[in-house]
Amino acid sequence: MRWNRNLVLGAVLTGLFVVGALISFVWTPSDHTVLDIAGKLKRPGDGNLLGTDHFGRDILTMIMVGARTSIAVALVAVGIGMLAGVPLGLTAAARHGGWLDEVIMRGNDLIFAFPSLVIAILITAVFGASAVNAIIAIGIFNIPVFARLTRSGALSLWGREFIMAARVAGKGAARISAEHILPNIANLLIVQGTIQFSLGILAEAGLSYVGLGAQPPTPSWGRMLADAQTLVSIAPHLALIPGLAIILTVLGLNLMGDGLRDLLDPRLRERSV
Amino acid sequence: MFRYALRRLSSLIISLAVASLVIFLVVEVAPGDPASYMLGINAQPDTVAALRAELGLDVPRYQRYFDWVSGLMRLDFGTSYTYRTPVAEMISDRMRVSLPLAVYALTLSTLIAFPAGIYAASRRGKAGDTAVIGLSQLGVAVPNFWFAMMMVLVFAINLRWFSAGGFPGWEKGFWGGMKALTLPAISLALPQAAILARVMRSSLLDMLDEDFMRTARAKGLSRRHALWKHGVRNALIPVLTILGLQFSFLLAGGIIIEQVFFLPGLGRLVFQSISQRDLIVVESVVMLLVFAVICVNFLVDLAYAAVDPRLRTRT
Repeated sequence: MRWNRNLVLGAVLTGLFVVGALISFVWTPSDHTVLDIAGKLKRPGDGNLLGTDHFGRDILTMIMVGARTSIAVALVAVGIGMLAGVPLGLTAAARHGGWLDEVIMRGNDLIFAFPSLVIAILITAVFGASAVNAIIAIGIFNIPVFARLTRSGALSLWGREFIMAARVAGKGAARISAEHILPNIANLLIVQGTIQFSLGILAEAGLSYVGLGAQPPTPSWGRMLADAQTLVSIAPHLALIPGLAIILTVLGLNLMGDGLRDLLDPRLRERSV
Repeated sequence: MFRYALRRLSSLIISLAVASLVIFLVVEVAPGDPASYMLGINAQPDTVAALRAELGLDVPRYQRYFDWVSGLMRLDFGTSYTYRTPVAEMISDRMRVSLPLAVYALTLSTLIAFPAGIYAASRRGKAGDTAVIGLSQLGVAVPNFWFAMMMVLVFAINLRWFSAGGFPGWEKGFWGGMKALTLPAISLALPQAAILARVMRSSLLDMLDEDFMRTARAKGLSRRHALWKHGVRNALIPVLTILGLQFSFLLAGGIIIEQVFFLPGLGRLVFQSISQRDLIVVESVVMLLVFAVICVNFLVDLAYAAVDPRLRTRT
């Protein structure tokens, strides 16, 4: 079955980096804080599995430790977005057209209207660049994404007959939202959750690429790419390897999300069989 | 429709007011006094005071806020602390790079995504669908600045078709400018197109399962006709949301891409201004970006109402 293949492939890819990140807490091929200028810019396989960077640091080690940063930042940021955004979206839909809907959605528009990177830059200008500020910056901007999606998904359901039936049966808006709306938009949220998770990883990489994420000596994939930029013509592997790490992690998460969606939504399972 | 637009317009104005207040306050709490920063650590206190007066920093906060906002309305963004030139001039210079870049990228993204999404949905489960899904999976996963680096490596360093960065200016000719923006626009557009194609496909697939689609087929419409007349039109609702969102992604993504290609756009202006403590420039650029996104969201909401009359009325 198709969902199974996606799920397995995605879980393997994601698991690879999660396990790598976890292992890095107890063991890494070498020490990423020790510089070895004599052994710099080694090609992959030349003593080091993935080669060394311009300071002679082992790239596999950097990737493993960098995975920690990426995964932690993205995970917490999506959590913030879902925990705050979904209840807001459900409330707005239940009170569609009312003042509460208006306040929530305008509040969302307001957060949305701030280009996240610009605000991240502002936050770091005021409070300093760090992984925590990156989480806050990415997390805040996940809230309106989930709120809007939840609201629009819920709105399309509120006019349906089975919701009418539930209302006639005397159920309140909160109960209908929890019992009928939420399960029906769960697959939408899962798909969006994986997109936001991958976007979180990409955003973290982007922020650390411009120097606003985790600070040295903490390795991060984004800064590895920034360091590689001027060396790309003489040592392309410096740019290729962190890039592939990001792509494979994001790809794995997305495949896993797709697989989970198919697993959770019986309608889709029938369709693909 | 008119009343709906009027109601949305009033909330647009409130949003802008709140946004301007938030930006002003955030920039206000930023540490460091622009005047002492400009004069260095050995400056005499009276020199600093004189410069503060000249920059208009000695008046109370609330008055500075109102001066700033009323200035914005007259398109007078004040004078840069660092360069002593009107901020409006600096911004309009940079806009001539950033705005065409965002529009170029959005156009490319839509041109790729719409046909791809519709094609995939109409061939659900077949090879064409699988190919589009696979490519979009990959496109979503690629960081645009990494993609940009790879394109520089291939098309600028190896093939020498494009320059690796920089911008010649529109004075040197339209096509020269467009050529300089092509690699950046492709880098920005491809990941966005992948997302958009996915949304278009899944939204259209949801529509294909709806009763009204079956009705359309039952009353004798061809598959293609039903897809275009009923499916695509209804599927556009979620797609429009994403398209609205993408505008802010493109503006934000543009900032990073401008770094990769050394383009003299708004993004680089913000970075420079922050490092030089030129807060009046930061404030104005951020406000401008926010203004642009709020207006786009407003237009998306209006477009919603135009596509789907149900959304105009309260339930």
